[in-house]
Amino acid sequence: MEPNIDSGFLSATLLIFLSAAFTNNILLARFLGMCSVLGVSKKVDTSMGLGVAVIFVTTATSGINYIVYNYLLIPLELEYLRLITFIVIIASFVQLVEMIVERVSLVLYNALGIFLPLITVNCAILGVSLFMIGQPYSFLEALSFGAGSGFGWFLAIMLIGGIREKINENALPKGLAGPGITLIIIGIMALAFVGFSGMISI
Amino acid sequence: MLASILTALVFLTATTLILSLLLIIAEKWILNYGPCTIDVNNGQKVIDIQGGSSLLNSLSENEIFIPSACGGRGSCAYCKVKVTQGGGPLSPIEEPYLSEQEIKDNVRLSCQVKVREDIKIQIPDELFNARLFKAVTASKKMLTYDIMELGFDLVEPDEIEFTAGQYIQLESREYKGADSVIRAYSISSLPSEKKKIELIMRRVPEGICTTWAFDHLKEGQEVSLSGPYGDFKLQDTDAPAIFIAGGSGMAPIWSILRHMHEKNINKKSYYFFSGRIYDDLFFTDELFGLEKKLSDFKYVPCLTREPEHSSWKGERGRIPEILPRYIPDAQEYEAYLCGSSALIEACCSKLSELGLKDEKMYFDKFE
Ligand SMILES: Cc1cc2nc3c(=O)[nH]c(=O)nc-3n(C[C@H](O)[C@H](O)[C@H](O)COP(=O)(O)OP(=O)(O)OC[C@H]3O[C@@H](n4cnc5c(N)ncnc54)[C@H](O)[C@@H]3O)c2cc1C
Repeated sequence: MEPNIDSGFLSATLLIFLSAAFTNNILLARFLGMCSVLGVSKKVDTSMGLGVAVIFVTTATSGINYIVYNYLLIPLELEYLRLITFIVIIASFVQLVEMIVERVSLVLYNALGIFLPLITVNCAILGVSLFMIGQPYSFLEALSFGAGSGFGWFLAIMLIGGIREKINENALPKGLAGPGITLIIIGIMALAFVGFSGMISI
Repeated sequence: MLASILTALVFLTATTLILSLLLIIAEKWILNYGPCTIDVNNGQKVIDIQGGSSLLNSLSENEIFIPSACGGRGSCAYCKVKVTQGGGPLSPIEEPYLSEQEIKDNVRLSCQVKVREDIKIQIPDELFNARLFKAVTASKKMLTYDIMELGFDLVEPDEIEFTAGQYIQLESREYKGADSVIRAYSISSLPSEKKKIELIMRRVPEGICTTWAFDHLKEGQEVSLSGPYGDFKLQDTDAPAIFIAGGSGMAPIWSILRHMHEKNINKKSYYFFSGRIYDDLFFTDELFGLEKKLSDFKYVPCLTREPEHSSWKGERGRIPEILPRYIPDAQEYEAYLCGSSALIEACCSKLSELGLKDEKMYFDKFE
């Protein structure tokens, strides 16, 4: 598609957001960040906590990693070190955020704090940064891609959390309870999300 | 080629170094809470500390030992204390371990409360008396096929003050595949024997601490333990007493009964001890011997699985079935129960049926 200037700039950024959230949903289309979903999606409010934390961290780390990649790694011809660099940056960033949140708001810390360490090991975050540098994005577009991916993950875990809360009372076959049924739910939802693919392409 | 390897190395080292430095500085700067005070029991003791560590650790660095079995992970819920000021909001890790009443009373898990400001707490007086002891393993003696008596000589401090019925916390050492853990064990020795501590320990299959004590701990080896803890003790009343125990639940009662003898405490009392088979019984001669030494004491060992044709002449069956025959009306009695929660719950409900008041039941649940 050929975005025209001005309004095109905005709509391109928005499109990137939407496609990252829906057509290329990081969880349902790319199957990243699955372990935290299986672990945390038992209830809507914990899903919400982790989801919000993920949005924040994907957005911020996309920005940081964009800068590091384009202004350090590329000039130094060290692109092949991107994986390890991103991992270290994400881990440190999450720690830093954890400290700041603890100091600034204990209430927020209690709501999000326990999820932050989980995020360090969440492959979705790393995945977002890696996909991001694979595209010829500007800085703002990179941020938008990060936020969109995070929002998509948030949306997915919230939906799964909601469904799991609903079926919590249902009598499930023993072997299916827990991760089993969750994986099936994720599979069906992933099918639904396939419906979005092709709507927008990035 | 060499140059690019060098740049890569320098780059990686520099990034990790800068990030770690950043984190260290941030931690010093962001999480610096400065000096704080902990006020224990309305000024009974005021402790000055650097804020930032958990309440549990800050207290134990200042010689106040709150019981804790999980090492501060927030999973054993032993380290509850009342925080009346400055504890911050309840964390989601604590919530599941606190009852509604406890939440209203500001009870917190001290391992999850970080000292970030001046804090006021209330702890039971007995915790002031708890100390950390260094001791040497003096003896290991098998009492039955799965129960042993463990003796320790106290080294530093070399004496302990406790009440019969209280417990200590023993710290196991690491051995292959198992971390160091802390577990509670009732003291079976007498309060008058201040320089030593004896425990009665039952082997729990696959249990971390018991496997260590049975298979790895050697005579002469140094251990650390802390205590005394607990409010399981003989009440200062004239009411007759029912003691009930199974397995290693013998420990505190063995201490209490001999203490009664030593101090000439006269109380009508029964002791029901539960075992599966004859080989589960121990101290049998000594306990029947106490019937003559104490003023009005009866020992009733009850076996649940003893083969029918064996030579056992004593009671067969579960304690709740046997109780009513000895004590048809339990209204006047106090009950002291010790052992597994299954045994305690079954006996408590029987005792209620027999008229014993709930507030007169004292128990130590071992699991
Ligand atoms: C106040 C108090 C006083 C106690 N006094 C004594 C005492 O005098 N003598 C004594 O032997 N024990 C006593 N205990 C129990 C003791 O603290 C440990 O729980 C027990 O020895 C098992 O520890 P472990 O590390 O070997 O097993 P763990 O590794 O903790 O447990 C292994 C498995 O065994 C189960 N388990 C834990 N405890 C028991 C148990 N008691 N019986 C059966 N299964 C269990 C656990 O659920 C777990 O699945 C007391 C406990 C309390 C709370």
